[in-house]
Amino acid sequence: MLIKTGVPTEEQVKEVFPPIERINKGRVAVAECFQRIPCNPCEYSCVKKAICVGEDINNTPNVDFEKCSGCGVCLTKCPGLAIMLVDGSKSAESVEFSVPYEFMPLPTVGEEISVVNRSGEVITRGVVSEVLNAKSFDRTPIVRFVVAREFLYAARYLKREVK
Amino acid sequence: MRETEVLIIGGGPAGLCAAVSALESGASVTILERNRRLGGQLVKQTHMFFGSKEQYASFRGIDIPAILLEKLEKYGDKLRVETDCTALGIYEDGVVTALFGEERYVKYLPKAIVVATGASEKALAFENNDLPGIYGAGAVQTLMNVYGVKPGNKVLMVGAGNIGLIVSYQLMQAGVEVVAVLDAAPKIGGYCVHASKIRRAGVPILVSHTVTRALGDKTLEGAIVCEMDEKFNVIEGTEKRYDCDVMCISVGLTPLTELLGMAGCEMKYVPELSGIVPARNKAYMTSRDGIFVAGDVSGIEEASAAMVEGYLAGLHCAAYAGYKSENFAQKVEDLEGQLAKLRGGPSGAHILRGIQKNVKED
Repeated sequence: MLIKTGVPTEEQVKEVFPPIERINKGRVAVAECFQRIPCNPCEYSCVKKAICVGEDINNTPNVDFEKCSGCGVCLTKCPGLAIMLVDGSKSAESVEFSVPYEFMPLPTVGEEISVVNRSGEVITRGVVSEVLNAKSFDRTPIVRFVVAREFLYAARYLKREVK
Repeated sequence: MRETEVLIIGGGPAGLCAAVSALESGASVTILERNRRLGGQLVKQTHMFFGSKEQYASFRGIDIPAILLEKLEKYGDKLRVETDCTALGIYEDGVVTALFGEERYVKYLPKAIVVATGASEKALAFENNDLPGIYGAGAVQTLMNVYGVKPGNKVLMVGAGNIGLIVSYQLMQAGVEVVAVLDAAPKIGGYCVHASKIRRAGVPILVSHTVTRALGDKTLEGAIVCEMDEKFNVIEGTEKRYDCDVMCISVGLTPLTELLGMAGCEMKYVPELSGIVPARNKAYMTSRDGIFVAGDVSGIEEASAAMVEGYLAGLHCAAYAGYKSENFAQKVEDLEGQLAKLRGGPSGAHILRGIQKNVKED
């Protein structure tokens, strides 16, 4: 249970996921923000006006998947690092995740990584497809990685390298 | 005796914002800050802030002092900033004494005062809790993020409030292993997004757990952790040992109100505001005329709320000193609206209950 462990339930996750048809069209945002807290930078950072929090800034965000272009700006603006992108457009066998990643060293493109679920358990291997670290991201880089499609709802993050 | 119209004690988020609005109102301002630089706890907060645009949400805490200092720059001689300077007392005649460095004493006679002294970390009682290696979580955050000192290799975090969760994350960023985050409460006190972030990075969060004993001869080597029942009693037979060389205690903050208590301000115990706080009116004035408060000193809350309170207290304090801002009523309404939005959720409801008990209608 989220409030006891920090891990959201599968139902909670599926509720905020875009429909598979949208995922198969290209990158789209998933906002795993389930608790009413006073915060709305996702809303005003979105140039497509695809995220709505509303007048009460304690509302949880609502993503309009059709308006979302998958640009990823919100990933670097969410103070809770709760937003990621999923993309199922490139292959029928795999999906690509884009996550904010604030640990050093950054992984490199082509690197094979361990992929973890929302409890931090390694569930599969993946390959890093892109690492973005623009100045406008303000020290919150984005790492993209590709995993087998069966892990669409389970994969969440990559395992940190601890030296 | 130095004269200043508005004296602000504490140069953290609340104090700096109070300075901005008091200066904007036309008053001359002196800020007394006991550290060597301004910013209070912002200087170690490498994470992005919550809230909305007006409270610099999405900016990292460490970058906010520069934004506020830029706003102060244009006032030139109207502002004096004294760092390494500790306010020692507020006397009956309104004189404030301050200690510069270690031996130079200076007296101030301000027209009005904003006390924005913030808070300090609470301690936790358990066997061997004085072993080297046991720190306040905020102290570890200062060591790491201000001084670049790695506190150890394996950390046990006691407390799953926002500070405990955030410092755990920052310890991991510094390459330190966090073995677990515990909390005696049956649920995570901090924001779930912070908890999820460290959970997926591999750190277990154990609610209804507490530390009963620290292990080690000269320094910390481990800790005994137990499960607790719903009445916060340790459940026999649940002892587990965790190896760690650092333990961070993050069981809440308590307002730093000594100056106000000594000054004779009416004080009240308000659990929702995390301790003994000065009674105040809606204009942020305590029971002593001309002494105002803002930020954690009058109730523990997020820095975003402390900043808005600072702007409000600065406006009211300047007005008291004879400098009522243009559009005073509208500015107050706008800022109070921001606070209402910040406090519109479940965590805010708790704070609002405390404020209701403590703030006089008049």
